[in-house]
Amino acid sequence: MLNGLVKWARGKSPWVCHLNCGSCNGCDIEIVAALMPRFDLERFGVLLEGSPRHADVLMTTGPVTRQIRDRVIRVYDQVAEPKFVVAVGTCGVSGAPFYPGYNVLGGVDSVIPVDMYVPGCPARPDAIAYGVLKLLGTLDPKADALVKEIESRRDTTGLVYTPSEMAEMRQANETSLGQTAARS
Amino acid sequence: MAKLDFPVGPQHPALKEPENLRFSVDGELVVDADIRIGYVHRSIERSCSERNFVQDLYLCERVCGICSNAHTQNYCQAVEAIAGVEIPERAQWIRMIMHEFERIHSHLLWLGVAGHEIGFESLFMYVWRDREVIQDILEMVSGNRGHYAMTMLGGVRYDIAPEMVTKIREGLAFLRQRAEYYADIATSEQTFLERTSGVGVVSGETCVQLGAVGPVLRASGVAFDVRRTFPYLQYDKVEFPVRTSELCDVLGRTLVRVQEVIDACDICTQCLDMMPEGDVNMRFPRKVPEGEAVARIEAQRGEVIYYVRSNGTDVPERVKIRTPTLANLPASLEMVKGGYIADIPIAFASIDPCFSCADRMVELNDVSSGDSRTMTWAELVKLSRRKS
Repeated sequence: MLNGLVKWARGKSPWVCHLNCGSCNGCDIEIVAALMPRFDLERFGVLLEGSPRHADVLMTTGPVTRQIRDRVIRVYDQVAEPKFVVAVGTCGVSGAPFYPGYNVLGGVDSVIPVDMYVPGCPARPDAIAYGVLKLLGTLDPKADALVKEIESRRDTTGLVYTPSEMAEMRQANETSLGQTAARS
Repeated sequence: MAKLDFPVGPQHPALKEPENLRFSVDGELVVDADIRIGYVHRSIERSCSERNFVQDLYLCERVCGICSNAHTQNYCQAVEAIAGVEIPERAQWIRMIMHEFERIHSHLLWLGVAGHEIGFESLFMYVWRDREVIQDILEMVSGNRGHYAMTMLGGVRYDIAPEMVTKIREGLAFLRQRAEYYADIATSEQTFLERTSGVGVVSGETCVQLGAVGPVLRASGVAFDVRRTFPYLQYDKVEFPVRTSELCDVLGRTLVRVQEVIDACDICTQCLDMMPEGDVNMRFPRKVPEGEAVARIEAQRGEVIYYVRSNGTDVPERVKIRTPTLANLPASLEMVKGGYIADIPIAFASIDPCFSCADRMVELNDVSSGDSRTMTWAELVKLSRRKS
């Protein structure tokens, strides 16, 4: 029964911890903008929490720099189970355009596992809100119903990617890159 | 009482960006402060000399997500100076408009964050709601809410259409009115005054000695604005006052910024009135002739300096970026010294710090001994590993 309660509470009010891994601030301000009156992520119970120990969702922005790598792992370890990671911004997906710099290791998933990718440079607040909601949909049936409703109302193609979709896309990319290389 | 040292960061609720601050405190008073930056170092300057001039434009834009337009504009000014290219006049006016739009958005963003830092959450919410107006204008003009990619080598990417002008004017009128209201709040609201007046004091003389720039310098009574002192684009044709304040504290910096929002609205309106018809961009050569140039502009946080050296190919030999936050950091450490622990967040935030801008590698060389060296890629990687 307690487990059910915890799951219900988590789905109703996920606490988000924002972690800047070397971002340019573009996505960071869009995350804050998503919590503002216009987009108001807080109406879904999302709360921005300072301490990773109290958070359910780790929202990372930017590529992982060599300096921050160990700190990212440490912060990730501090988040209580079950934990979710949302990589916000194209940098968080692949490290571009800073990759391959001498101090940049690439996307966030090169260091910690990622549960939802929100690409964009910077990612739009509505895409961030949709990504968080989609993540909630896996926990809470009501959030899932909301996601379905959003999908029926507007085109959500390319707004967010799940890890399996991202893997598929990368595979397709590599194949096409291989074909281009073979042609030239 | 014994001194106590405590570190803050790199990941800390009060910090939006990773940086490490060390404070020495004696009871409630801060005795000493030090900072370690470099967590957001993304090897931009080195990457610039590996990509061509057009690719660098997008890389320089991503130095900072808040003053992205200032960076591209500055980079373009430097490269165009080397190439000896004069961009179309309408493009210059549009660049100015974008420049001022960005100032409005950044200063409002800062005002909201300042409200948050002093625990004035309703101010934070109100300001960020109003900020969406300028975000919508930016999106309408450039197509994106951040990283507008509006400036390109040889002009600007998009023209401002006549139907946009009406919407822009409406938005600016609204923002101007709101900025006046915030200026009123900053001077009359007791909650705000108590937390900002006399906090983070740094004199004009110290500011000059420590090389502070922008609103920090102006709020300490030094009237220095690159737009006025070294006019670029068409800034010599528009009228605007250089806002200063003798207060030298957080309140002074707030007032300077809020008044600059009002001025920026006025400058934009003047630009829209005076803008001639014509082309907005021109063909720019792929290869830039040999030479070097320094460009300086007044971004919202202060003076940004770009140094670009070209060796006649399509790849720059060196791009050096000096950002306002890096210049303001020594002054910010002076601000927190002698204050209370509770005032650290607002005193520190009052310089509008942006560490993604500031994380450039700086090596001090003794000029008198003629010592200078070039680092190879392998050396840079080694240094980066050692520092992490």
